[in-house]
Amino acid sequence: MASGNTIENGALAPEDEAALAELLASADGPLRIAGGGTRPIGRPVRGRVLTTRRLSGVSLYEPGALTLVVGAGTPLAEVEALLAAEGQRLPFEPMDHRGLLGTTGEPTIGGVAAANVSGPRRVRAGACRDFLLGVRFVDGTGTVVRSGGRVMKNVTGYDLVRLMAGSFGTLGVLTEVAFKVLPAPELAATLAFEGLDLREAVLLMTRALASPWEVSGAAHVPGADGTFRTLLRLEGFADSVHYRAGRLAERLSGFGAPETDTEPASVAATWREVRDVGPFHEREGDVWRISVKGTDAPEVAERFPEASFMFDWGGGLVWALVPPGTELRARLDGIPGHATLVRADATTRERIAPFPPEPAAVATLSEGLRRKFDPRGILNPGLMT
Amino acid sequence: MHIPPADPKILARRDRIVAALRAALPEGAVIDDPAETRAYECDALTAYRCPPMAVTLPSSTEEVSRIMRICHDEGVPVVPRGSGTSLAGGALPTADSVVIGVSRLNKVLETDLDNRFIRVEAGRTNLSITKAVEAEGFFYAPDPSSQLACAIAGNIGMNSGGAHCLKYGVTTNNLLGVRMVLADGTIVELGGPMMDAPGLDLLGVVCGSEGQLGIVTEATLRILPRPEGARPVLVGFSSNEVAGACVADIIKAGILPVAIEFMDRPCIRATEAFAHAGYPDCEALLIVEVEGSPDEIDHQIGLIRQIATLHDPVEFREARSEEEAARIWLGRKSAFGAVGQINDYICLDGTIPVSELPRVLAGIRRLAEHYELEVANVFHAGDGNMHPLILFNANEPGELAKAEAMGADILRLCVEVGGCLTGEHGVGVEKRDLMDAQFTPADLEAQMRVKDVFDPKWILNPAKVFPLEASASHRRAAA
Repeated sequence: MASGNTIENGALAPEDEAALAELLASADGPLRIAGGGTRPIGRPVRGRVLTTRRLSGVSLYEPGALTLVVGAGTPLAEVEALLAAEGQRLPFEPMDHRGLLGTTGEPTIGGVAAANVSGPRRVRAGACRDFLLGVRFVDGTGTVVRSGGRVMKNVTGYDLVRLMAGSFGTLGVLTEVAFKVLPAPELAATLAFEGLDLREAVLLMTRALASPWEVSGAAHVPGADGTFRTLLRLEGFADSVHYRAGRLAERLSGFGAPETDTEPASVAATWREVRDVGPFHEREGDVWRISVKGTDAPEVAERFPEASFMFDWGGGLVWALVPPGTELRARLDGIPGHATLVRADATTRERIAPFPPEPAAVATLSEGLRRKFDPRGILNPGLMT
Repeated sequence: MHIPPADPKILARRDRIVAALRAALPEGAVIDDPAETRAYECDALTAYRCPPMAVTLPSSTEEVSRIMRICHDEGVPVVPRGSGTSLAGGALPTADSVVIGVSRLNKVLETDLDNRFIRVEAGRTNLSITKAVEAEGFFYAPDPSSQLACAIAGNIGMNSGGAHCLKYGVTTNNLLGVRMVLADGTIVELGGPMMDAPGLDLLGVVCGSEGQLGIVTEATLRILPRPEGARPVLVGFSSNEVAGACVADIIKAGILPVAIEFMDRPCIRATEAFAHAGYPDCEALLIVEVEGSPDEIDHQIGLIRQIATLHDPVEFREARSEEEAARIWLGRKSAFGAVGQINDYICLDGTIPVSELPRVLAGIRRLAEHYELEVANVFHAGDGNMHPLILFNANEPGELAKAEAMGADILRLCVEVGGCLTGEHGVGVEKRDLMDAQFTPADLEAQMRVKDVFDPKWILNPAKVFPLEASASHRRAAA
């Protein structure tokens, strides 16, 4: 064992990038790359666990430049607290998977980047990959690579930053990530509409998202009693939020009068519930994440009478809870989009590909990239296939 | 700058290659008459010119695929071309190359306002995307200053930005999907109208790959509802440093303007002489534009005024009408033209951390003294994307080389302070030989591996982006 590579609870835990590089260069078997281990998504991977947990700490935070550079293993909670102290935040609102997947541990910022985790604000602000400015990573040969940087606009060379976002550790192990952050708003409000069926709700969300009033969340969510509420979120300076809430209610008056909530804790709780797919916590069944055009959401729902649903992104993101082992993909035929099996037992994830199968020509490119960055196939082998 | 010499073996097969292209394409889609290929000898980086062996103007993805297959089989370099507005030489041909110009691919294929996207052929111009949806109250956000002419294909190749990307992001943040032709003629679809795509983010790496990974023929773009209104303010300062500090304070205050533009004294003087926008005579000025309803705009401008006041502005000018707003923008929009009236110039495109602004501006001043050249600074201050204009006289022997040397020094300075060589123009041939100032050999190697996968024979725009010594082994292995 190289110096700087300690073992924590049986997991390899390199203490810095150099130790990680040495470890990967000399690795002789498959590795399961983890941050905090809270997002076990994809095909089960056999291999020794390698955690980035100790690659932790803030390298740079400049609120005036909206820039944050941190070690990949830094706990997300630490990052969020640091930003909050300056009145800023990660704009893409990363989901916490623990409640849905029944995992414990500390989510890391590197895990967020590796899984390209975004939340309800995706509809307005963009996804995790849109705010990632730069990465450092160690590839499967033990070579340290940098791409991007810390500045907002950068087209120097190929964009490996986006390639790494959402690559689930299959191309390299992230050691450092740089993000663009944004100011947290002075006020956030939830407009809640009751009693709409799915078609009406999608129509409402579509109209809201096409308005000039910068809706930063649009979801259709079941409550504890199973009845759905259709939620819109507005954020910004207080006067502006009130103004836009008024205009929206006016434009959407055909759908009933919304209840408007501006109490900070309860607005935050409402959207945390959406972000983390709260309605499916501690409920039996497999969970699928289906990405479609927003207006196709009702069509998706009609094809699965046995499923429970929750809708985010104005209908563009459909969360489905189905009986264990359901192969849902084939029944989505003809609806443009894709489905990912996010929660199921290992046997199901062996049998049903959790990630959407790619067309042959695209699969050849993905496979080619993995072979180049990880020629020995040691980084989360098979996870995305 | 060195371009590998034309391959005599390819030139020897010229007639056969052109005949194969003619046979594969409709009448009028292949140009090989030297009098006509000359029109394609350069892009907006006019200092470098070379007519290609032939130019093809396909009208469909399938035709692009046929061209690629022929060039792939013959081992002929291919230079993709949008509208030829690249400032980095992205569309500069070599004498043994075939240009694929996508200007005839210009249809709108699908407009879906409910799901807020538009699908277009990639030769369509940037501004015409907005034109196609503005009657319905939408717009396409990235707005490079060449937007009247530049093609979406080129925007994707260079991951273009514009003045408004502080709020709305650059091309990659507004691109949902592409249809593209790979080097061997295979047609693939990446992404789509959904808000995310499965698998590795190949779309993300294609965007900004400077035509080296494939030919994009169709694009699905995110369109946004237009805000109720927008209004600029102009603030003049007694020094660059103070203007820079004010930018940081505006951002820290939680205001997210759509644009924060910066001009220094040489630039202000040049534009005043040319455009007579009535700018104050001061060391530096900012143009800050905010959006929303009239009340929302007033509120934000009020906050900006409070912040600016703390920095002792020499002038704070608020647009109270459309006409006043247009006057504020007039100087900024004519800055490049104004400087071009009095001099030849090189336009740089480095990006720096906003906090390094004063230091970099001081560094540029020192370099200007050293090289005895004048520099006018105009740039997108909110995101640190600088466009120093180095003024020189092209008729004076040696001046261009001197200006280029100074440009290289400025870009090295940008990298030194934590920035990058190019924020929105791309590397092309212009910054190719500076890449090792920003990247280690391993960083460049990682990027070239991506090209190895997409274009194993290295036929797409092969002599660009990567320093020739660095790419030599890849190009040799591919030959």
